[in-house]
Amino acid sequence: MNSQQIYYIFDLCKSPNLSLSLSFITMAKQHARWSPYDNNGGTCVAIAGADYCVIAADTRMSTGYSILSRDYSKICKLADKCMMASSGFQADVRALQKVLAARHLIYQHQHNKQMSCPAMGQLLSNTLYYKRFFPYYAFNVLGGLDNEGKGCVFTYDAVGSYERVGYSSQGSGSTLIMPFLDNQLKSPSPLLLPAQDAVTPLSESEAVDLVKTCFASATERDIYTGDRLEIVILNADGVRREEMELRKD
Amino acid sequence: MFRNQYDTDVTTWSPQGRLFQVEYAMEAVKQGSAAIGLRSKSHVVLASVNKAQSELSSHQKKIFKVDDHIGVAIAGLTADGRVLSRYMRSECINYTYTYDSPLPVGRLVVQLADKAQVCTQRSWKRPYGVGLLVAGLDESGAHLYYNCPSGNYFEYQAFAIGSRSQAAKTYLERRFESFVSSSREDLLKDALFALRETLQGEKLKSSICTVSVVGVAEAFHILDNETVQSLIDAFEIVGEEVHPATEEGDASEPAADQGALAPADEGAAPMDI
Amino acid sequence: MNLVDSNQAQNNLMVSEAASERTLYPYVTGTSVIGIKYKDGILMAADMGGSYGSTLRYKSVERLKSIGKHSLLGASGEISDFQEILRNLDELILYDNMWDDGNSMGPKEVHNYLTRMMYNRRNKFNPLWNSLVLGGVKNGQKYLGTVNMIGVHFEDDHVATGFGNHLARPILRDEWHANLSFEDGVKLLEKCMRVLLYRDRSAINKLQIAKITEEGVTISQPYALKTFWNFAAFQNPTVGAEGSW
Repeated sequence: MNSQQIYYIFDLCKSPNLSLSLSFITMAKQHARWSPYDNNGGTCVAIAGADYCVIAADTRMSTGYSILSRDYSKICKLADKCMMASSGFQADVRALQKVLAARHLIYQHQHNKQMSCPAMGQLLSNTLYYKRFFPYYAFNVLGGLDNEGKGCVFTYDAVGSYERVGYSSQGSGSTLIMPFLDNQLKSPSPLLLPAQDAVTPLSESEAVDLVKTCFASATERDIYTGDRLEIVILNADGVRREEMELRKD
Repeated sequence: MFRNQYDTDVTTWSPQGRLFQVEYAMEAVKQGSAAIGLRSKSHVVLASVNKAQSELSSHQKKIFKVDDHIGVAIAGLTADGRVLSRYMRSECINYTYTYDSPLPVGRLVVQLADKAQVCTQRSWKRPYGVGLLVAGLDESGAHLYYNCPSGNYFEYQAFAIGSRSQAAKTYLERRFESFVSSSREDLLKDALFALRETLQGEKLKSSICTVSVVGVAEAFHILDNETVQSLIDAFEIVGEEVHPATEEGDASEPAADQGALAPADEGAAPMDI
Repeated sequence: MNLVDSNQAQNNLMVSEAASERTLYPYVTGTSVIGIKYKDGILMAADMGGSYGSTLRYKSVERLKSIGKHSLLGASGEISDFQEILRNLDELILYDNMWDDGNSMGPKEVHNYLTRMMYNRRNKFNPLWNSLVLGGVKNGQKYLGTVNMIGVHFEDDHVATGFGNHLARPILRDEWHANLSFEDGVKLLEKCMRVLLYRDRSAINKLQIAKITEEGVTISQPYALKTFWNFAAFQNPTVGAEGSW
């Protein structure tokens, strides 16, 4: 069971050796092997500032070359000051969101308060790692405000390793967006001692504009990104939403 | 000592067709400090009296949020109440996970009652020693239920449980007919008035009571102390210094007739006697 | 990880699959289902073919079914799995009705339940081989959603499974609007079904259209669409496409 499950992951990672060996075996079978995974695409970005956090994702959901929906929100509110944007396999993403929602309810019953963003960050990591051997094929960025009201962004892989950063991108367009953000935001090196604050120096409106530029660009080259951009801005005043139309082709 | 030979075991019937252990569990509910509930078409209010075990201790929590649309107030063994409210919370979470919608109140109450019933039919179990007032809202409207240790449950317009609850019940019985069309504020007012009846002359202050509301477009929540105090002040509920004593254990209450309980002995649970 | 290792694992896999029972591929399948919202509710269309591979094995399969008072379900994919799903839902609705307490499952609840069912089965590596469309109306709220055999699901104003996603949805994106009357909705669905009939090899010219509104479900008697096969492209498909075939 386990080895089988791991193979699907490798297959999705397009490991050349493995897909070769798999196709060799399925030759005799005449049937396309069923896969429990799909990649529904989508791109997520989050940027943390001194007193705000911007979380954004497109609303396209695809399978292969088909678009399933042009209006599927990838951003999920997990707590008052904590948003998760997720791409990857939609069914896993939804299951993950439901598990986190249930866990957050239990937390609220037990502690009489909302979970903080760093706490949710750890919970998300644990939840992903719990399914290490049949992973959630979900690529997440978590954005929000920490207990000091400072913007925070956590970025993850599918099996739960994570890091607090000043900005991040995940999903199908991340290869296009991430280097651009690196270039524009020039965050202090994590090797610097004493450690420098990772939050970006941009103002809130500059960050929102940067996000819009990122997606407008990614949509040009990534077929899995497009239709509409959803932007959520968290700051001391609360939650604000913006949106922008993207290319639909 | 033993009142008779049929009360050592939950599953043994008395020749009169009674289960004494179950009735003792219902007595435990009466020992707890009072909890009341009342509802209108759109809102349900739960309120409870907080009584500290000793001068030096704080009081125990008597009202629990189960979900955004359901809350409970308990009287009796608080420990059992906590276990049951935890069960109710998990049932609500599971239902929402499967159906993406809130669990209908009546269905949760039946599940809860079935859970209590099992304890009356197993030799190795003990009935829950707690009564629960379940307040909730679903597509069929606002609801108030009372669940008791026997596994019985009843739907009410207004009800009170716990020590000296008879006084509150009398108050509610006088006024319940108008509750259906009451506003949220009127409901709160009646809740506080009914609660005061159970205090036997003690002054009603926010520090000795908990009040909670659930209603249309209002998730279940416990009002904070300041809000409750301002309500009390607004309604000018001043405790009368000399209040006609309304003793509990009235003849109208079931199971009280045969058990010659000493009504004054509040500290002792019925099974200790 | 080398090739020998992975072959080894693959062989173990085959043994474990032979020892247990699970769907590795479908036997009898139904093709596309299309669903749209319209002014008063939801309309759905599906043909009645049941294909055994490329053989047209069954010609009168009902693939649109009502679920309780407020929901309508359409299925493509493995017919036997669909029938099992129907048995499950029948039980669900029966238990819901048995409470007799004024609460009832709406389309949202049924869709979410289906979503969990499909996803749980994929987690057990034993999928229900279907793509489902669920529509309904409750308390004036229209609902239209879909879920597939691995649990991918979403809501939209119009949805289609299988070939319908390639051939019908572009038409729907062009012509659909929220204020469609019943007649215009049916016309739009028939247009889509006709395109599918022309270009989807397993589609047949015997279909049903179902409607669900606040008043309840109506599923039409089976009927056929008027077709016109004398289009030039049908007459000689290779003209203008030199080099193919």
